[in-house]
Amino acid sequence: MAVQNSTYDTANLAQKKNRARRDALSFWIFVGPLVIGLMLFVYIPIVWGFILSFFEARNTVSPTQYVGLTNYIELFKDPRFFDSLVMIIAYSIFIVPVTFALSLGLALLVNSVSRGQGFFRTTFFIPVACSYVIASVVWKMSLFNGLPSGFANNILWWVFGANPVAWINTTDPPLYWIVLVTVRLWLQTGFYMIIFLAGLQEIPHSLYEAAAVDGAERGWKTFRYITFPLLRNTSISVLLLLFIEAVQAFDEFRNILGGGGGTSIAGGTQILARPPLVYLYNVAFQDQNYGRGAAGAFIIAALIVLVTVLQGRILGFGKREY
Amino acid sequence: MKTGRYFQSFWLYALLIGLAIVYLIPYYIIARNALMTQREIAAFDWILWPSQIQWRNLIDLFNDPIAPMGIGLKNSAIVSIFQVAGQLIVTSMAGYGLARIRYKWADAVFFLVLGALMVPAAAIFVQTFLVVAEMGWVSTMQGLIIPPMFYVFSAFIFRQFFLDFPQDLEDAARVDGLGHLGIFWRIVVPNSTGIFVALGTIGLIRAWNSFLWPLVVGQSRDTWTVQVVLSTFMTAQTINLPALFMGAAVGILPMLVIFFLVQRYIVEGVKTTGIK
Repeated sequence: MAVQNSTYDTANLAQKKNRARRDALSFWIFVGPLVIGLMLFVYIPIVWGFILSFFEARNTVSPTQYVGLTNYIELFKDPRFFDSLVMIIAYSIFIVPVTFALSLGLALLVNSVSRGQGFFRTTFFIPVACSYVIASVVWKMSLFNGLPSGFANNILWWVFGANPVAWINTTDPPLYWIVLVTVRLWLQTGFYMIIFLAGLQEIPHSLYEAAAVDGAERGWKTFRYITFPLLRNTSISVLLLLFIEAVQAFDEFRNILGGGGGTSIAGGTQILARPPLVYLYNVAFQDQNYGRGAAGAFIIAALIVLVTVLQGRILGFGKREY
Repeated sequence: MKTGRYFQSFWLYALLIGLAIVYLIPYYIIARNALMTQREIAAFDWILWPSQIQWRNLIDLFNDPIAPMGIGLKNSAIVSIFQVAGQLIVTSMAGYGLARIRYKWADAVFFLVLGALMVPAAAIFVQTFLVVAEMGWVSTMQGLIIPPMFYVFSAFIFRQFFLDFPQDLEDAARVDGLGHLGIFWRIVVPNSTGIFVALGTIGLIRAWNSFLWPLVVGQSRDTWTVQVVLSTFMTAQTINLPALFMGAAVGILPMLVIFFLVQRYIVEGVKTTGIK
C-alpha cells in the first residue's frame, strides 16, 4: 500500500515537473522577446549612460577618458540646465490642472447631451491623431503668426480693431506661453475627455435618482458629492499621465520656438522656454558632448521616475488593482 | 420648469457648438493654406477660402529641394507598419504569458516590465541613443523601427485584457491537445480583435507622429520621416508656405482616415480595459 502510494506520488511528481518545465519554456517563448527588448533599449541604456557620464565623450558615443564627476559639475555650473528644470516645474504646475479641468469639462458637457453626442465626442477626440509637429506648423505659421495675416491677429483686428501682435516674439507679457499652452491643450484634451467619459458612464444612474429623491437638483451639488468622488480613480490616473507627459515636453517647444543654431548657444526664441529634453538634445546632439549629455539625461530620468513613483504613492496609485 | 430646461439646453448646445468650432479651426487652416497661393496666405485681410484651388501646391511639395516629402512618406509608412506589427506580436504574447502561464519567476519578470513602465522612453532618449549608436543603428531603418517596438504600455493593457479572457474557451482547447502557442494563436487572438485594433491604432498614431526618436536616429536625409521633414521645412530660410501646409495636410490625412474608421474600437478599449 505504502509502496504503491509512493510510486503514484513519484509518477505524479514527475508529471508535474514535466508540466512545470514545459510551462517555463512557454513562458519564455511568450515573454522573452519583450524582456530582451527592454533589456537592450531600457535597462542596459540606463546603466551604460550612467557609466558614460563619468567619461569624456565628445563627437563620439564611446568613452575616451575617465573624468570623474566633471560632467556633473559642469552641468550644475550651466545656468541653462537649472533654468530648464525650473521652467518645466512651473510649466507642469500650470498645464496639468488646466488640461485636467478642460478635459473633465468637455466630458461633462458631452455626457449631458444626447443629440449629437457622437459628433461632439469625435470633434474633441480627433486631435489625438494629429502630430505635435503638424500642430506646431499650424500654430506657428498661421494661427499665431505675428504678421497681420495671422489668424489670431485677424480676429483681434475684427473684434477690437487692434494692431497685430507678435505672439511668439513677445516676452513682456510672455505671450508665447499662449501659443505653447493652447497647442498642447488642443492636442491632449480629447484623449483625457474619453477617459473621463468612460469613468462617467460607469457611475450608476440610481445614485442620481436617489439624490433627486433627496431633493438635489442635477448641478454643482451632484457633481461635488457624487460625480467627482466617484471619478477619483480616473482622476488620479489622468493627473499622473498628464504630469508624466508634461515633464517630457519637447516637440512643440523645439518646433515653435526653434531649434537654435548649431552651437552650444542655441539662439533664436528658444531661450524663452527651454525644457530639459530640449536642453539635453542641444548638449548631446548639437554640441556632440555625449558625456555631459549622459550626465544630464541620468539626472532628468531619475527625477522623472522619482516624481512618478512619489506622485503615485501620494495619490494612492498603488491601491489600484493591476 | 420646462422652459427653464429648454433654456438650459440651448446654452449647453451653444457652448458645445462654439467649442467644436474652435477645435475644428486648425483643420480648416490646413486645408485653406494648402490650397492657396503664397500671396493669398500672406494677405493682410484673411481670405476665407482660396479663389481658385491650387493643386500645383502638391507638385511643389514633392519637388521642394529642402523637404524631401516623398522620402518622408515612404519612410514613415515602412516604420509605422513594421513597428506596429512587431509591437502587436511582441506585446500581445508578453501580455498573454504574464496573464496566463504559470512560472515561478513570473512575478519577478512582471516587476521588470512594470519598472520599464515607470521610465518613459523620452526620458531616456539620450541613453537609448548611446546604445543604439554602439550597435551601429544610426540612420538605419532598424534603428527607427525596433527600439520603440517594445511598447510596455501595450503589453500592460494586453495583460489586463487577457486576465479577463474566459478561461473555459482555453480549457476546451487544452482538452483538444493544444499547447500554449496553439491556444494563443487559434483561440485567443481571433477572439480579441477589438483590443488588437485599438492598441494597433494607438501604436500606429504613435509611430507615425513620433518626432524625437526619428530626429535623433534618422540623421541622414534618406532616413527622415514625415515629421522630421516637416520640422526641417518649417525652419528653412525661405518657406514655401502653401507647400508646407500641403505637407501638413498630406501628413495628417492618413491618420485622420484611420482614426475615423476605428474610433469606436479605441473608445471601447478605453472602457473595457480601463486604460487609466
